[in-house]
Amino acid sequence: MSASRARRRDVAIVSFAQLPPVRRDTARDETELVQPVVTAALRQAGLTRQDIGFTVSGSCDYLIGRPFSFVTALDGVAPWPPIAESHVEMDGAWALYEAWVRLQQGDVDTALIYAYGKSSLGDLPAVLTMQLDPYYLAPLGIDAVSLAALQARALLDSGRATERDLAVVAAARRGGAVAELLATPYLVAPLRRHDCPPISDGACAVVLAAGDAARRHARPAWIRGIDHRVEPHQLGSRDLTRSTSTAIAAEHAGVATIGPIDVAELHAPFSHQELILRDALGLGAEVAVNPSGGALVANPMMVAGLTRLGEAAARIHDGRARNAVAHATSGPCLQQNLVCVLSSEVAS
Amino acid sequence: MNRCAIIGIGQTHHKAKRQDVSIAGLVREAAARALADAELDWKDIDAVVLGKAPDMFEGVMMPELYLADALGAAGKPIMRVHTAGSVGGSTAIVAAQTVISGVHRRVLTVAFEKQSESDAMWALSPRIPFQPQLTAGAGGYFAPLVRAYIHRTGAPDDVGMMVAVKDRQHALKNPYAHLRIKGIDLAMVRDSPMLWDPIRYLETCPSSDGACAMVLTDEDGARAAPRPPAWVHGLATRSEPVVFAGRNQVDPQAGRDCARDVYAQARIADPRRDIDVAEIYVPFSWFEPMWLENLGFAASGDGWRMTASGVTALGGALPINPSGGVLSSNPIGASGMLRFAEAAMQVRDQAGEHQVDGARRALGHAYGGGSQFFAMWIVGRDRP
Amino acid sequence: MDRDEEVLEAPYRLEYTYQRSTGPVIGRFLGALRDARLEGVRTASGSVMVPPLEYDADGAATGEPTVVGPGGVVTTWAWVTEPRREHPLPHPFAWALVRLDGADSAMLHAVDAGSIDAMRTGMRVVPRWQDERTGSIRDLACFVPESAAAAAAAAAAAAAASAAAAGDDRPPVTMFPSPVALDYTVTAGRHLSAYLRALAERRIVGGRCPVCTKVYLPPRGACPTCGVPADAPVEVADHGVVTTFCIIRIPFDAAPFPPPYASVAVLLEGADMPIFHLLRGIPPEEVRMGMRVRAVWVADDQLGPTLASIRWFEPTGEPDAPHDQIARHL
Ligand SMILES: [Zn+2]
Repeated sequence: MSASRARRRDVAIVSFAQLPPVRRDTARDETELVQPVVTAALRQAGLTRQDIGFTVSGSCDYLIGRPFSFVTALDGVAPWPPIAESHVEMDGAWALYEAWVRLQQGDVDTALIYAYGKSSLGDLPAVLTMQLDPYYLAPLGIDAVSLAALQARALLDSGRATERDLAVVAAARRGGAVAELLATPYLVAPLRRHDCPPISDGACAVVLAAGDAARRHARPAWIRGIDHRVEPHQLGSRDLTRSTSTAIAAEHAGVATIGPIDVAELHAPFSHQELILRDALGLGAEVAVNPSGGALVANPMMVAGLTRLGEAAARIHDGRARNAVAHATSGPCLQQNLVCVLSSEVAS
Repeated sequence: MNRCAIIGIGQTHHKAKRQDVSIAGLVREAAARALADAELDWKDIDAVVLGKAPDMFEGVMMPELYLADALGAAGKPIMRVHTAGSVGGSTAIVAAQTVISGVHRRVLTVAFEKQSESDAMWALSPRIPFQPQLTAGAGGYFAPLVRAYIHRTGAPDDVGMMVAVKDRQHALKNPYAHLRIKGIDLAMVRDSPMLWDPIRYLETCPSSDGACAMVLTDEDGARAAPRPPAWVHGLATRSEPVVFAGRNQVDPQAGRDCARDVYAQARIADPRRDIDVAEIYVPFSWFEPMWLENLGFAASGDGWRMTASGVTALGGALPINPSGGVLSSNPIGASGMLRFAEAAMQVRDQAGEHQVDGARRALGHAYGGGSQFFAMWIVGRDRP
Repeated sequence: MDRDEEVLEAPYRLEYTYQRSTGPVIGRFLGALRDARLEGVRTASGSVMVPPLEYDADGAATGEPTVVGPGGVVTTWAWVTEPRREHPLPHPFAWALVRLDGADSAMLHAVDAGSIDAMRTGMRVVPRWQDERTGSIRDLACFVPESAAAAAAAAAAAAAASAAAAGDDRPPVTMFPSPVALDYTVTAGRHLSAYLRALAERRIVGGRCPVCTKVYLPPRGACPTCGVPADAPVEVADHGVVTTFCIIRIPFDAAPFPPPYASVAVLLEGADMPIFHLLRGIPPEEVRMGMRVRAVWVADDQLGPTLASIRWFEPTGEPDAPHDQIARHL
C-alpha cells in the first residue's frame, strides 16, 4: 500500500459541535438533532452553508427501525441549492474519513460532516444483534453486552488485565470507588454494569478545511494521519484480546511517529476495550485518555466515534493539547477501527 | 490528483430469487467475476467500498461487518455507503475518489441487494406510527410525478409503453438480465394491469436479487491490466431536499446540476453529440423521457419526442439502457452500480450482444430518494 | 430536554420472518446439524474452520467438508444471569466460544452449565441436540460440560439421527426461516406532535419559515431550503386544490380501501406545499389536476392526533383552478 505514503493535502478539523447526549430525547426528530449541531459547527468555523464544498453524514436506520432516516435528517443542513453529498451507514467517523479523502482531490476546500443517533427508541442490545452473521450468530440471539463479555473474559484469561483493572477504567471515566464498583453484581460476567456503556441519543458535526482555508483559523487541528481497518467477523477466527485492526490503522496513521501525545480519545464502549485499545495504540501512562469521559459516559450510536475525533480536536483548538490521537470503533468486539492523529502543527 | 480506471467488472445473474446462494455467496459471485476480469486476487486489493439500500431488505444491519471476510477485507479498510436508490452510483464514486486522491491503488467496489430475503414493499414502507401510508410504495410515490410530466408536456400515453418494450428487448441481449420477456410488444404492455395509474405493471421495474462489482485502479494499475480499461472522465453527486415549497420533482435541479458538473469535468459541450451511450436509472418507464430532459439530451418538454423517434433504442443515435436497465433487473442497492458498470463495459467493448458499436464515451446515472439524490459518471475509452 | 409531555409516542414492532437461502456450504453444515453431526471445512491453508463458511478470513474459497467434534474446549465464556427473550436458554447459562476437536477456529454457542461455578476456560463440553431438528444453528440446543452421561446422550442422539437419516432421503438444507421482532417506541417529535394534536381539534396548523415565509405542513425543525426552524404556527384552510394524483389499482398490505382509489396531493389554501391524502366522492377516472377539494372529517368522537382525523377529501364542485396556480407545486 505504497500510496498511503504519497504526499497528502493538509486538512484540519476546524470546528466541532455536539448536542449534550442524553438518555432519551423524545422532542427532536432527525432533522431537529442535526439542525442545531450543523448550525453551531458552521458558525464556529465562520462559514455559511454555501461555503461548504462537500457534505457527508453517518447514521443507521436500524436504530430507529425505519428505512431512509437519513433523508429527513438532510433537511437539517438545508441542501438548497443542491449540494454535493454522501452518506455512510456507519459511525460518523467514517463519514469524516470519506470527507478527508474527498478533500485530497484538491477541487474543494471545506467539508461538513454530521452524525446523529437515537438509540433510545429501540432495545439496543437486540438491535445490535442484527449486525451479526445472519446464519450462525444472529439466530442465537446473542446481544452486544454478551459479546463484549466474551472478549473481556478472554482478556482476563490472558493475564494482561484483572477485573480490578476494568473497574479502575470505569471509575476514572464515570466516577465511583473501585472497591465499591467491584462489590456490585455482574451484568453479564465478567462485566458489571459500570463496565458497559449507557444508552444515549445525540448528534454532532465537524467542519474540515484544507490548506489556506484551514490556516484562516486560529488553531486548526491538523489531520496528520487517518486510517481504518476491519477484522474477520467470526469471533472464533480472531484473537479477541488484541485489536490488530487498530494496530494496523495506527501504523498507517502515524501514531508512533507524531511525537509526544498529550491526549487520546478512544471509542471504547466497554471498559476492557479501553485497555485493549491503549495496548494496540502503544499509548504510555503519560497520555491522558478520554478526558471527555468517552463512550462509558455517553454512547450515542453512530455519533460516539465522530465525537472522539471532535473532542480530541477541541483540545487542540483551545490549546490544551499539541498532539492527539482519536479512535472510533464499529461492530462486535472492536471488529472495525479508525485511528486519526491530530496535531497543532501542520506536517513539515 | 490521479486518474482512475475501471479494470474489472462483474455482475451476478439477476433473478427474482437467488435461493442458490447465501448473501455472501451472491456478493462474492459478482466480486470474483470482477477480480477475474482484472486478473487479480483478493490479496491484490487495497480496500473495499460496499453499497446497498436499506438494511431491512436482508435484515442485516451494517452488513459490511458480516461481509468483511467474504470480501477479503480483513486487515484492510472497508466502507459502507447508503444514499437510497442512487447508492450503487455513489458507492462507485466513493471508491473512485480513494484512487483519485491517491489513498489507494486498487479498490474493489461492490453493491448488492438480496430482496427475496424479505419483501420489497414491506422493507421500503413498513407500517410505522405517525407515518401515513397513503401512497402505496414507490409506484404510488412516483406515479403523480409521471402524471405531472405527461400533463406538462402533452406526451401521448404510449411513450411509457415504448420504453417498456425497448428496454425489455435490450434485456433479451443481456445474459445477466432478470426479466427476459420473449415477444415483448406494445400490446403486451398495454394489456398488463394498471397498478398506479398512469403506471402499468409492465412499465415498472422488477424486484431482484443481484450484485455488481468493479475493480478501480490508478494509471499504473491500468497500464498493467490485462484488458483495456475504462477511464473515469468525470464523476459527481448532487442532493436536494425531499420536499420543499415549489420543488420541481419532475425535473429536479439536483439532477441538472449534477449533469452540468460531470459534463464540465469530461469537457462535454453537447451531451447529445459527445456521449455515445447512456445507462440511466429508469425504474418506471416514463422516467426515460423525464431524465432525457433533466440530463440535457433533450430540450425541456421534448424528452418524449426523442424516445418516440427511436433514437434511444439500440441502433439509434443515442442508445439508452442497452443492458435492459432497471426495468429489466432491479437489485435496488446494485441498480445504480449496474448503470455505472454497464457504461464502463460499453467503452471497453465488453457488452457482447448489447454492445453499441464504437462507443467511446458513456454516461452512468443513478438517482434515489424522492428524485433527490443523483450520482453520475462519464467513462471513456481514451485516457482523459 | 428529557421528556416532553407534548410529544406523542407509540409502540412499534419491526417484525418479519426473513427467508434465508444458505448456499452450499452453510446448507451442508445445517444439514449435518439436522443429523446431529458437526462438520467443518478445510481452508486453503489447511486449517479446519467451524462453523464453515464459503471463504476463509482472507476471502479465499474454502474446500472440502470434514467431520469435527462432537466434543470441544471452551476458549472463552460469559455468564448470563438474566436471559433475554431471544436467547437460546430460558435459565442462567454461559455463552462460549468452543473449539471443537479437530477444528482450528472456535464457534459460538450456549453452554448449559447450571452455575457460573461450573464454568472455566479450557473446560471440555459436548453438544446437546434438540429432539426436533429443522436445519438451523439452533438444532444444536447448546453445549453441556463433558461427562460420561452427557457424552453418551450425545452419541445416542447422533446414532439415532444417523439411523433415521439412512432410511430417509430428506432434501438438503437450502433455506431456513429467520424471524426478527424488534420493539421500538416511536416518537413524533415536537413539531409533528403539535400538528397531529391540532388535527384532533379539526385544525390544520402549519409552520412558517421566518426567512422564505413559506408555510410547511407539518411544521419543521428546519426549513429544507433555509435551514432555520419553520415553526411559527399558521392555521391553513381545510380545502384546496389537487396538484397531482395517482389512481391506485394494486392491492397492498396497508391499503385503506380495496382498489381502485385516488391518492392526491392537495395544496391547502394558506399552505405552500401539498399534503397527500385520499380522494372520494368521485369516480377515480374523473379526478383532475386543478380540482377543488375539501376535507371530510371523521365524527367528533373519532377525532384523534392523526391524519386519519381527515377521512378523505371530496370535490367541492367549484370550477377547477387554472393550471398556473398549481404548476409550481406537485
Ligand atoms: Zn425557508
